[in-house]
Amino acid sequence: MIGLARRLREAGVLGLNWRNAEYTLLYNQRRLYPLVDDKLQTKELALKAGIAVPDLYGVIEVQREVRNLPQIIAGHDAFVVKPAQGSGGKGILVLEKGPRGLYRKPNGSFMSEAELAYHTGNILSGIYSLGGQPDKVLIEYRVNFDPIFARIAYQGVPDIRIISFLGVPVMAMVRLPTRQSGGKANLHQGAIGAGIDLSTGRTLTAVWGNGVVDTHPDTLNPVTGVEIPHWPALLDHAARSWELTGLGYQGIDIVLDRDLGPLILELNARPGLNIQIANRAGLGHRLERVKAARDGLKTVEERIAFARENFATA
Amino acid sequence: MNNRHLYWLAGVLAAIAFAIFGYKVLILKFPVTPDRLETAWRIEARIDFNARGGPVLGEFLLPRSTTTRPVFNEAFVAGPYGIATRDAGDNRAAVFSVAEADGPQTIFYRATVELAPANETPPPSPTPSLNRIPMNEAELAAARALLAKLRPRAAGVPTLMGLLITNLRNARAGDEASLLLGNSRSTRRIVDTAIKVLRQGGIPARRVNGFALAEDRRQIGVAHWIEVYVEDRWLPFQATDGAAGVPPRHFPWWRGEHNAVTITGADRPHITYSVAMAHQFALRAALERGRSIGVSLTDFSLFGLPFQTQQVYRILLVVPVGIFLLVLLRNVIGLRTFGTFMPVLIAMAFRETRLVWGIVLFSIVVFLGISVRFYLEHLKLLLVPRLAAIVIVVIGVMALLSVVSFKLGFMGGLSVALFPIVILTMTIERMTVVWDERGAMEAIIQAAGSLVVAIFCYLLMNARIVEHLTFVFPELLLVLLAGILLLGRYSGYRLTELGRFRVLAGKDPR
Repeated sequence: MIGLARRLREAGVLGLNWRNAEYTLLYNQRRLYPLVDDKLQTKELALKAGIAVPDLYGVIEVQREVRNLPQIIAGHDAFVVKPAQGSGGKGILVLEKGPRGLYRKPNGSFMSEAELAYHTGNILSGIYSLGGQPDKVLIEYRVNFDPIFARIAYQGVPDIRIISFLGVPVMAMVRLPTRQSGGKANLHQGAIGAGIDLSTGRTLTAVWGNGVVDTHPDTLNPVTGVEIPHWPALLDHAARSWELTGLGYQGIDIVLDRDLGPLILELNARPGLNIQIANRAGLGHRLERVKAARDGLKTVEERIAFARENFATA
Repeated sequence: MNNRHLYWLAGVLAAIAFAIFGYKVLILKFPVTPDRLETAWRIEARIDFNARGGPVLGEFLLPRSTTTRPVFNEAFVAGPYGIATRDAGDNRAAVFSVAEADGPQTIFYRATVELAPANETPPPSPTPSLNRIPMNEAELAAARALLAKLRPRAAGVPTLMGLLITNLRNARAGDEASLLLGNSRSTRRIVDTAIKVLRQGGIPARRVNGFALAEDRRQIGVAHWIEVYVEDRWLPFQATDGAAGVPPRHFPWWRGEHNAVTITGADRPHITYSVAMAHQFALRAALERGRSIGVSLTDFSLFGLPFQTQQVYRILLVVPVGIFLLVLLRNVIGLRTFGTFMPVLIAMAFRETRLVWGIVLFSIVVFLGISVRFYLEHLKLLLVPRLAAIVIVVIGVMALLSVVSFKLGFMGGLSVALFPIVILTMTIERMTVVWDERGAMEAIIQAAGSLVVAIFCYLLMNARIVEHLTFVFPELLLVLLAGILLLGRYSGYRLTELGRFRVLAGKDPR
């Protein structure tokens, strides 16, 4: 047991306590958290900096406004309902308009107008928000994901997570929904996580459950060696996020839209540690290298170059 | 981040704690283990009454200190009242008075007592006068008939007592015993009736009122037994079966067939007694030693508080120990629980329910709560009204459990009322959300995890040594505080993470 802990430490694998004590607590100031915990603020911030985000159709702030829902989604065939302060993808609904005023979920089941209103009310009363405080509901553009993912994702929306430390992208992965994960891009629930080589933007080994996989279990297409489109833009977004929020250690969630390119979905001040499993590598050593070299890493270009040079896995 | 400040702070806290602890153990000789606890008891009497606005004069009966039953550390807390003790026949009495008082009044009396050895022989005492209690003709006839029936079968007072009490206990409608007893069959009624009959037969007898000293109790009922004058001594007999001797572990407080308190100038006098195992028996010498060398430490300790408050702190002071364990289990082991401190609160409830009943009741309440919560899901209620509805359901389920288990004779079910209702409600709500989002398995795993943590907390918090140490040496809380501060900067792996990240460890070089 002690030996296992030592070998993990040598491999630089970050544990929750380590992440909290040495990174999030020290580099993320509490007062900046609302910028990322509230997706509405994140969106405004990103737009101001010229970074693309999914188009906001409307916001519901109080229960009375739930009846405005049909007006907000009028003219849109598909949309996403999400809590402004949700975490870990909780409470997010991806819907398409279906027959007889019903809404179709990605898994093919239907939801009625009343059920949608109930879900909206739940979000407002805060069951998905971090501290349980009342929340807002965002209704926004449903991403039409890039065709490259159609072959390696099942139903849901695949997204790319990049961890950035002091503005340097240090690790990245793409999360691919499976039948088992119910279309959710959450590794806990059975989504595939594939590490990405920061230098080339190609996927490395993919992890599904506790094992390594080469092909997607539902589509049977290869999931390793896939080149992520727009990779330089993704790195650029990740590097700029530091100036955007001021948070030293953060996770950037990006989706690739067929027509609009990379869109920032959300930022995360306490990004999870599963990315290490997807990359089969620890974060600790990479973070130390960034810390040691931080004085020479002023501009966005310097930081991206540092990442591509130092964190290539090939 | 420089941790030196933290280490320094934790070190100072621990040093202060161990300095006080060491001083108390080495110099004042406070006992470190809870031994010899049952030999001494602290009794507190609380007298409440409503003064009518004029002078108040009252009398309260106290135990007499004898060599086998010493009464020490006596104290009154009586506000403006003047207090004097005097001899009052069979008893000792405290007389309290004030020239003018209005509204609710409270007087406290407390003392530490010891239980006499079981086979104690009472000291000789002068022959008492035989005050026959007036009876009507029917009662008189019944008493005489009963005595005439029992006396020939008895070989002496002890056997007569056995026969008399058994006769009264088994009174059937229509016989002498039932006529004498009237409607009541309470122990007190049986004791008083036996005394009436004995005195009628020329045998001096009196009622003894006292307490069972068996466990810590906030409000304890008065117990009764009988003393009969045989030859030149008052011999005790139990009111259950007339067996000789004081009932086991009982302490006599006052003697006589009247109440312990009489007041003029006030209404509704009411006494409540609480009993606490006096850790300070072994501690008494230590406390006295501290006082004699002029150390005010003991005066400012928890022992200076009224009993009822002491009882509360006895429970409160073990909470930090449970919290410390919880921090360890969450941040070092990596167990996940519903709600940060929920397991500690459940563990506190377990103290009253006992472990097995606690687990059974907790599972039933949560199971029924979840069933109702899933039903409410169909009604599409908003969050706060839904939580309110679950609170009501939880209370209803608890009341129902108490009633059903009482009817079935399981006393354990009554203590369900001590569960923290709001905490249970939040647990049910969160469990349902996890159930929806992550599946039933995850929800049940987390609930079981919470329960396991609660059980560990209970086992630790309920250990006698833990209760003793935290109450006698509250300064040890500073050690816990220091430990928790250090854990706040623990950046090593959690035990569960070792499994989670095992694949990243590479091959074992060996």
